[in-house]
Amino acid sequence: MLTKRIIPCLDIKNGRTVKGVNFIDLKDAGDPIELAKRYADNGADELVFLDISATLEGRKTMLDMVLKVAEQVNIPFTVGGGISSIEDVEALLKCGADKISVNSSAVKRPDLINELSKRFGSQCIVVAIDAKQIDGQWKVYLAGGTIPTELDLLCWAKEVEMRGAGEILFTSMDHDGTKDGFANTVLKKLSEELNIPIIASGGAGSIQHFSDTFQLGKADAALAASVFHFGEIEIIDLKRELKKQRIPVRL
Amino acid sequence: MKVVIIDYGAGNIKSIQFAFKRLNIDAILTNNPKEILEADKVVFPGVGEAKSAMDMLKESGLDIIIPKLKQPVLGICLGMQLLCNETEEGSTRGLGVFNVSVKRFSNQVKVPQIGWNTINNLKSKLFNGISENEYMYLVHSYYVENCKETIATTNYSQIYSSALQKDNFFGVQFHPEKSSYVGEQLLKNFLEL
Repeated sequence: MLTKRIIPCLDIKNGRTVKGVNFIDLKDAGDPIELAKRYADNGADELVFLDISATLEGRKTMLDMVLKVAEQVNIPFTVGGGISSIEDVEALLKCGADKISVNSSAVKRPDLINELSKRFGSQCIVVAIDAKQIDGQWKVYLAGGTIPTELDLLCWAKEVEMRGAGEILFTSMDHDGTKDGFANTVLKKLSEELNIPIIASGGAGSIQHFSDTFQLGKADAALAASVFHFGEIEIIDLKRELKKQRIPVRL
Repeated sequence: MKVVIIDYGAGNIKSIQFAFKRLNIDAILTNNPKEILEADKVVFPGVGEAKSAMDMLKESGLDIIIPKLKQPVLGICLGMQLLCNETEEGSTRGLGVFNVSVKRFSNQVKVPQIGWNTINNLKSKLFNGISENEYMYLVHSYYVENCKETIATTNYSQIYSSALQKDNFFGVQFHPEKSSYVGEQLLKNFLEL
């Protein structure tokens, strides 16, 4: 049976992980390679690296990092952040990234999704969508949730699927950082109305939240950062509990 | 031991090279027929779309060479699918090593299948030291039906072939290079064939 995936997300700036981590025995908590290996060994199903470097120099460092992750880590990983062209994607895939994710650039020029999926195959194109509820309507936001758009979440998600996205990474800006649970109502809607996998993001605070997003939110995968980085939840404990609740996981 | 990974422009093959590197094997990426023919082991990868991948094989004449190889050959993902008779993806004719067709998953399940699924009914030396129900990482929209050449099955909307073998030809739908230690064991087994 296909299992639900647990995906730690690492924010990368100039080739280093930002936000502290408190794995006690890591020599260098800012080293993305060491962290990635640790997560892979602890049962993570995939990894996401989000490049938040603002400079060209920082982006070049990202390619080096991707190459090193591909060399040393034996599970799949996605790279996102600032990707806006076929050339960007080609460079990342050449360095060994399994998938890439696009967000703002796809909203600005939706044809990018068609071009990328045609050139590289849907299976490696993840479209990330950030959204927030305004007067009961889920609206898409850009640039890490800072710029509002008129786009309706569900319409955009369906368009993205039609254009050839292989997966959607949905982050609820309303839930992100709250540690109050994922946006399960809208996640369920997304999952039922679309025919591609949905990765839930934003709101993880406890093991039960993951169980809820799989059972109530019908998510195919769940992504989180701080609960893993700060050791609040160990992936192995999380998976054991999910298994106990009869949710299929790889253990 | 000389291991070559056929490089015909289809997808992320660096990962496979790195996976062998982790097993202390320097695999060569090449589309040079001579090098491929001389290798002890040949890996035939493939990620992307079947028709364009097949066109790229034809351009380099590899469509003639691959089916005639005598050493152990491992097709991975689209590589395995292209070794079959034909695929529904772009109505593409394959290399015809495996006497079976490739079909698209029904829309009753999410397509592509992305993630870790179990492998069962294991029937080959390729799975030495790997138990039933171990997990492998899969990403695909098309699947190979069950057939005489099936050496492992997986269940997603129906039971299908997640690995095939005919003589010296092996095919796996999953990505051993991305399937943690279980995948590494499979690659080790392939090297020992």
